[in-house]
This record gives sequence, structure tokens and C-alpha cells, in this order.
Amino acid sequence: MVSSLILAPIAVLVIVNLPALRWPKKLAYPSALFLFAAQTLLAVFSPKALIYAGETSFLSLKIRADALSVLSLASIGLVLFVVALSGRVFFRDRQVRPDFASLLLVALAGMNAAVLATDLFSLYVFIEVVAITSYLLIAFDKKSPAMAAAFQYLALSALATTLLLGGVAIAILSAGTTSLDGIYAASQRTGSSGLLTHLALALFGAGLLIKSGLVPFHGWLPAAYSKAPAPVSVLLAGIVTKISGVYMLFRVVLSAFGFQPWFREVLLLFGAISIVAGAVAAIGENDFKKMLAYSSISQVGYIVVGLGCATPIALAGAAFHFFNHAVFKALLFVNAASIENRASTTDMRELGGLSERMPFTGATCVVGLLSAAGIPPLAGFWSKLMILGGLWYAGYHGYAIVALGGSLLTLGYFLIMQKKVFFGKIKDGLGGLGEVGRTLCISQALLASVTIASGIFFPWVLQTLVLPIGTLMVK
Amino acid sequence: MGSANTRPAYRDAHGKIDMDTLLVLALLLASVWTVSTARLLRSVIGLGLTSAVLAAALFRLEAPLAGVFELSVCAALVSVIFVMTVAVTQRLTKDDLSARQRQMLKRSWPIPLLVAVVAVVIFRHRTPANPFFATGISTDVRSMLWNERQLDLVGEMLVLLAGAFATVMLFKEAKK
Repeated sequence: MVSSLILAPIAVLVIVNLPALRWPKKLAYPSALFLFAAQTLLAVFSPKALIYAGETSFLSLKIRADALSVLSLASIGLVLFVVALSGRVFFRDRQVRPDFASLLLVALAGMNAAVLATDLFSLYVFIEVVAITSYLLIAFDKKSPAMAAAFQYLALSALATTLLLGGVAIAILSAGTTSLDGIYAASQRTGSSGLLTHLALALFGAGLLIKSGLVPFHGWLPAAYSKAPAPVSVLLAGIVTKISGVYMLFRVVLSAFGFQPWFREVLLLFGAISIVAGAVAAIGENDFKKMLAYSSISQVGYIVVGLGCATPIALAGAAFHFFNHAVFKALLFVNAASIENRASTTDMRELGGLSERMPFTGATCVVGLLSAAGIPPLAGFWSKLMILGGLWYAGYHGYAIVALGGSLLTLGYFLIMQKKVFFGKIKDGLGGLGEVGRTLCISQALLASVTIASGIFFPWVLQTLVLPIGTLMVK
Repeated sequence: MGSANTRPAYRDAHGKIDMDTLLVLALLLASVWTVSTARLLRSVIGLGLTSAVLAAALFRLEAPLAGVFELSVCAALVSVIFVMTVAVTQRLTKDDLSARQRQMLKRSWPIPLLVAVVAVVIFRHRTPANPFFATGISTDVRSMLWNERQLDLVGEMLVLLAGAFATVMLFKEAKK
């Protein structure tokens, strides 16, 4: 069953792109939507079936789903489903839609394989699959700013790739294998004296910090998120950065190199700087999508701080924030896409009073921002509480205070955004606007419902999906 | 490369210059031309040539699969994408070009230093008997890819598919 998560999207991809036939192309969109929905439901409602399948041989290598993979698979399926739905609105050309759906299927296969792989080189290969798909998707509408953003992302990503590949090469030199278990065993054997292991971790870690868009490696992120076509912004902010950067950080720390003390300090420091710097940059930003991009940097900072804290509760909280951020940031980017769809701008200076004309978008935006700011009972509150609690009880009081302050800043910049975009008198020229169509409303409703439901039913989510991640620390 | 101690390594059994040596020299020349030429298009052609020579070397080293990948992806697909990119860019003025070169030089000076430090660290701390290179594990690229790294081949295929979609997207635009 686990291998079908990689094989199914590839099979569909091949069938819908058979060169001699035209009719399968029409199936590209519905079959992609079906796969995304099926994966989400499987991961959320049947996580044990995936985990108990254990390690299975797949195409001469081993793949495995653990609690962290399952939460990631759920996030991937949900975000891709919403991206595909909103893509129907933004890519109306029937010639273009199958290409978009096909690229989403390539992304699905790449991300699933990255999440399930148990080999460092395979991780690298599938991160690249996701990265190449992302360049293409950013430049999908072929407008100049998007092309420039794609090129900027490509340039910095190439640097990250070089670092990752260097990390793999040095891991082979030090451990003699690329299997995560083998590298873990070698790093435990050599301990703090294994200089090559530390060098491999440093290179791999540096590459992943770039991919995660943490300060000061964030240069590519605001442009890529804000200049990409609206559905692609949802994809990048919702899941791509998380899988190719943050998830990989979790994986290499948990499964390959272990919690090396110096690397934990690096994660805590860069995470804390990102929380503050991202939030401060978001306050001063006038473009809705760019503001959300800076907010993403800040929120990813929380996840990385939770990982660096290295206690089971903080780790589980960080992984839950990974999921929550995928959901509420996708929601906020769908809100931005809805505004772009109606007002043809995301410049907040040209917007105002939109809640009169777009009440549903305004209401779901409130759900997203409150969850981002960590207001109870929404899902973001619980994940931040777990991270803060973990930091405090591990003795990192300073970092806990920074994280708390960051949350207040988050509430501040989101309220400013809400006031500028949705509250007050309607701006001239926007009086004729109406609510977005059914497809975007369904996307918003779905993501808002997940945010509310995973907050209200937190005990179930905690027991089923989140707490098992904390146990991964005990290897 | 040679069995007799008196024969230089770059000559074959008949005393002629060895084909592998010629290929290595050609590889070196092509790569130097690629990085030293001032024109982007020539640089792209040089890169394609470098890949083609490397592919020939890989075929001679009995790694045909790696040769095919090198030829199809690096010499063909990548060159096509580069040529397309060059076609949509503008030439810099001489002043801009020299300013850009100075800036590049300023930014990239730590790279050789970093490479040297990493190399020293690796060679000082390398594991003497690394199981990865021990006998029993195939060093044949074909066997390595087909028998031990099939999952990675799937990744490579996905990269190729993404490249194909990219080319289709660009041609659709060209038709408009």
C-alpha cells in the first residue's frame, strides 16, 4: 500500500499523457483531484495501516512510513487538492490545465517518495524532483516577474543542491553507506569525534536551511511566493518549502545524524532570528502576498525552534505546527488569490472594506490569521503551546519568550492586514466587486474547516497523529 | 593502463597515444573553452561538447547507461534549455559586463578557499577501509543503477518528464 503512494501518481501521469490519445488528457484534472483527496483521507483516517506496513522493499531500495511521514502525507494531499481546485479558476485555458495537473502529479510523486525514502541520496534526488517542478510552476504563466522569481529560486536552490550533494558525498566517506539507518549507526559510533559526520551534517543542514527559507537564507522566498501564479503561491507556501526544507531537516536529524548539540543550537538560533525578522518584515509590507511570505518565514522559525529544542513534546508540537502552517497558510494564500481574482491587485494600499463585498473570504481570512497568531481553540494555538511548553521546560526560557513575542507580533501584523483589506469603507473602484465563485469558496471552506476541526478535536488529533511523532526521538 | 614499466601511461600497446588520454584532453579543452569564452551561446555549445566528450568516455569505460544519460540529458536537453534561455535574454553593455565580472570576483573569492579546506579535512579524516568501496559492492554503473538504485532512477525519470513538460510549455508560447 505504501509503494502505491509513489506508483499511483506516476501511473496516472503516464496514462493521461499518452501521446497518441487525446481523451485521457481530459481525465488529468479529475484523476489528480481524486488522488490528492484519497491520500489525505488515507493518511488522516488510517495512519496505523501505513505505519504498521513497516519497511518495505520498493524498486531495490527500502521505503517506510512513520508518524512524521503520515502527517506529511496528509499535508501534501490536502494542499495539492486545494491547489488543483484553485487552479481551475486561474488557468481557464483547457489546453493548459492538463499540463498544470501533470506537473502537480510529478510534484505529488516526488514529495511522496521524499517523505517515504530511507536513503540520503534518494532524499536528495526527490528534493530535486520537487524543486524542478517548482521552478516550472512558478514560471507557469510565463509573465516576466514570475520568470525572474523562478530564476532567483533556481539560482539559490542550485547553491542548496550543491551543498546537499556535498553532504551526501561526505556522508558516504564517513559512514560508508547512504542508508539513513547506516548513517545513524555510524554517527552514534563515532560520537562527537566523527568530524566527517559533522561536516556532512553541516553541509546538508546549510542546504536545507536555504530550502526552508530561514533568515538569512530567505532571499528567494518573498519574490517566489508573491510573483508566482496564485495557485502556485498556495503550493509553495503550503507544502513545497516544508517538504523540501523543513521535513528534510526533521528526517536527517531524527533518522540520520541524530540531535548533535551544536546543530541544535544552530536550529534554535536561526529559528528564533527567523521568528522575529519575518514578523518585523511582515509588519512593514504593503503587498498581501509578500506579507504572507514574510509571515511564512516567521512561522517556519517556530517549527525549526521546536525541532532544535529536541524534547518529545516540542518535537511533536513542531511537527503539528508543520501541518497547521501548511493548512492556515494555504488558506491565507487562497484568500489572497481570491482578492487577486476579484480586485486584480494584492497591494493593500489599493484595497479596503472588502468584507462588505467578499464576506466569506473575509470570514475565512479571520480563521486563518487567528490560527497563525495562536489564538485558542484553533489548531495553531495547540501547536504553539506545545512548542512554547517544550522550550520552557527544557530550560530555553529566552527562546520561549522570543516565541511568545513573535506570536504577539503575528497577531499585530495580521490585524493590520485585516483592517487594511477587509475593514473600513470600501475603496473607490471596488464597489462593483462580488464574492469569488464556488470553487474558491469551497477551497477556503475546506481549509478553514480543517483549521477549526483540528483545534476543537485536538485530543483525537494529538493521540492519533501528533504524539506518536514525539516517540520517534526514542530510537 | 599499461603493462610494461617502460611504456608511458598515455600510450597504448602499439605505442600510439591512448584514446582515453585523448578524450581526457578533449574534455579539458572543451571545459576550459566553456568557462573562458565571453559569449553565452559559445559557452552553451562548449558545455554541450564537454558533455558529448564525457559521454564518449563513459561509453569507453563500459558505462553505457551513464553515457546515454549524459548524452541525452546534459548534451541535449540541458543545451536546448540553455539556448532558449540565451535567446530571451539581452546582451549587457561592456561597462555593465566588467562591473558584473568585478562583482562576481568579489563574491566568489572564498569558494576556492572553502574547497581547499574541505578537501584537506576529507583527506585527513577519510576512513581507510570504507565499506562503500569494498569489494562485493558493484562499481559498474549499469548494475548500480538497475540493481541497487532503481528508486533513484524513478526520480531521474520524473525529472525528465518535468523537463518534457517545460519544453512543451515553451513551444506553446512560441506558437502564440
